[in-house]
Amino acid sequence: MTDKERQELLQQLLEKEKSGKLRPTDRFNIPPQDIPEQDPITRRGNVNEVALGYTETGARLEALRCLQCKKAPCIAGCPVQIRIRDFIAAIVDGNYGKALAIIKENSLLPAVCGRVCPQEVQCQQTCTVGIKFKDPTKAVSIGRLERFVADIDQDNESVPVVAPPTGMKVAVIGSGPGGIVAAADTRRAGHDVTIFEAFHKTGGVMVYGIPEFRLPKAIVQGEIDILKKMGVKIVCNFIVGRTKTIEQLMKEDRFNAVYIGVGAGLPRFMGIEGESLIGVYSANEYLTRANLMKAYDFGKGADTPIAISKKVAVIGGGNVAMDSARTAVRLGAEKVYLVYRRTEKEMPARIEEVHHAKEEGIEFHILQSPKRIIGDDNSHVTAIECLKYKLGEPDESGRRRPIPIEGSEFTIDLDTVIIAIGNIANPLIRQTTPGLQFNKWGNIIVDENCRTSLEGVYAGGDIVLGAATVILAMGQGRTAAAAINEYLEHQKEAQQEH
Amino acid sequence: MAKEQLSENVFTAEVEVPLIARARKPGQFVIVSINNQYSERIPLTIADADPKKGTIRLIWQRVGKTTAELADLRQGDEIANISGPLGTPTHIENFGTVVCVGGGIGNAPLLPIARALKEAGNKIISILGARTKELLILEDEFSRISDELIITTDDGSYGQKALVTGPLGEICQREQKPDQAFAIGPAIMMKFCCEVTRQFNIPTQVSLNTIMVDGTGMCGGCRVEVDGKPKFVCVDGPEFDGHKVNFDLMTKRLNAYRKQEQKAHEQYKKHRCKIGLDK
Repeated sequence: MTDKERQELLQQLLEKEKSGKLRPTDRFNIPPQDIPEQDPITRRGNVNEVALGYTETGARLEALRCLQCKKAPCIAGCPVQIRIRDFIAAIVDGNYGKALAIIKENSLLPAVCGRVCPQEVQCQQTCTVGIKFKDPTKAVSIGRLERFVADIDQDNESVPVVAPPTGMKVAVIGSGPGGIVAAADTRRAGHDVTIFEAFHKTGGVMVYGIPEFRLPKAIVQGEIDILKKMGVKIVCNFIVGRTKTIEQLMKEDRFNAVYIGVGAGLPRFMGIEGESLIGVYSANEYLTRANLMKAYDFGKGADTPIAISKKVAVIGGGNVAMDSARTAVRLGAEKVYLVYRRTEKEMPARIEEVHHAKEEGIEFHILQSPKRIIGDDNSHVTAIECLKYKLGEPDESGRRRPIPIEGSEFTIDLDTVIIAIGNIANPLIRQTTPGLQFNKWGNIIVDENCRTSLEGVYAGGDIVLGAATVILAMGQGRTAAAAINEYLEHQKEAQQEH
Repeated sequence: MAKEQLSENVFTAEVEVPLIARARKPGQFVIVSINNQYSERIPLTIADADPKKGTIRLIWQRVGKTTAELADLRQGDEIANISGPLGTPTHIENFGTVVCVGGGIGNAPLLPIARALKEAGNKIISILGARTKELLILEDEFSRISDELIITTDDGSYGQKALVTGPLGEICQREQKPDQAFAIGPAIMMKFCCEVTRQFNIPTQVSLNTIMVDGTGMCGGCRVEVDGKPKFVCVDGPEFDGHKVNFDLMTKRLNAYRKQEQKAHEQYKKHRCKIGLDK
């Protein structure tokens, strides 16, 4: 379809819609609108964003595909229950400001979530249009529409209204998605809010982990700038537990409430031979060097080096594995293999990331996993020895258990291995916060309001959930902020009575 | 910050970071990045601190671009980012007699540990080694807290002409052998110190300084093999039982980026020369 044809189609459909004559069949007949993307060959050589976003015509056509179902099953599929049906209706009307306001009732970071949410297992999984076509990729592209309205607002960002000062102080530990939301929501209530960030730069996983080509840093920075305009204080290079403990923050610095959103923690390794060889990275390290420290500009303004690789294997099947593989391509690797012990069906990565990775030439090695990593006399990686796998009965995660096939060993020659099989909880807060309760995996135990075992201390995101997503972390930041606001109101009343 | 040159390539600076100065304990380190958000993050030992003044003392050796840039800072200049204190503090107790072996720049992290051990009631025997007299640092500080101080130089220009392992072996054979040893310095020195003390069953702590990015356990780039298992220097260390550390692998990992580091350092030196010509 040409742009002109699209515009004409849109006009026809809008007229029909106005006169109330637009039937579900007409909506089903609108072709799903793709968004323009950087060409796979070109983008292998740059770090710019891959998906370029809808045009206005594309967005309104896509919005018209929504049936405006009475039950709106998409909303139940959203972790923060955004009023999806209503914001899509606003896009059809061309009222993008209203659409954004509706999203912002529930989600503070639409430009981020529109890009990185796994919509196909959330809102788009339950979408009636996708169900009708028996294909979740044909559901209404809710995420892309969310991104569309958020991006329109980038230039003319509105700063939320802040209530008069309450005299109460809130400490937010970590400036990732959960911390940003917790800070914004408690600040809106008029509290004096400070974010403590361990790194020298704010944004958490959105700046050290998720690559530029999937989530531009400028978007995250925009959200941080809004927090600053709201009067949130930000302290970088501050490691809670080391620079000061939570107890010190509350007793010495008089913070009345604390939100712990410190994120994932320590990278998990496989426990196989050769994992300490040179050229073996955790995905955290590889991505941090590349993203946060901009190692792709080494010698041109950035001082952090990264391996110069020809052949790379990434172990794992999640979004972090896709991000690592696609980063390796951009850093100049000639061959990148993605080694995963189950099949593509079980991969936890977003469908779009898998699709993009394949387009960029990443070779998928499914039903395989390394048994040991082999190095030369200088302890540089030269190969991995893998075993082939088959799938057995489903395990606790509901996915079919991978079973190694004995005697199936074979080797892959390479010079870099990136291990992307998840994280375990960072023990720093546990070791330095007496009285705070943790489960056996080292995650903080909270109630449904994100309240921990310590009074005034709340927690959310990966340090509570284990491995989660940006949207789940945001959801918990919001829940915790509501609970903190309520708690501080009671505290204030109690103070006034005395 | 206030800076001083201790030897040809070793520098020290007093840096104002009140929170870290108050929180730090012996054995801990900071992560420093000098200019901006894309400057390299490097771990540096905290050699000393003055909680009242709110300052810490850093000591570093000029080996690459970042340490050279740091050496080129002047009194009153600012360092963009310092975070810490990081790492698990040294376990201090009254062991009895402790032999503290420092090599080169390793004297810097050793000093606060030796001082804390002295305060805990230990008898301190210090062995400080350097290639040559000019490279020996912190001798006065050590002489103040040591019951016995032995200096060695590779070329015999000062103290005994020996490697630190020479006097260490002798001390281990004394009638009253040391109860505990600490060895901090280049990997090769720590390795051979551990081989000596192992023969006499003297528990030996070493402090490792590997390549790091975040310094909080998140990246795992600093991992070393201890007792055959990967351990993170930044959170599990920096101190480990020296008899269990795989020093050979650690040495190789330290050189993982050598070519790139050299290139960056050369570039920096060239650039700096040009600036000099402009003046």
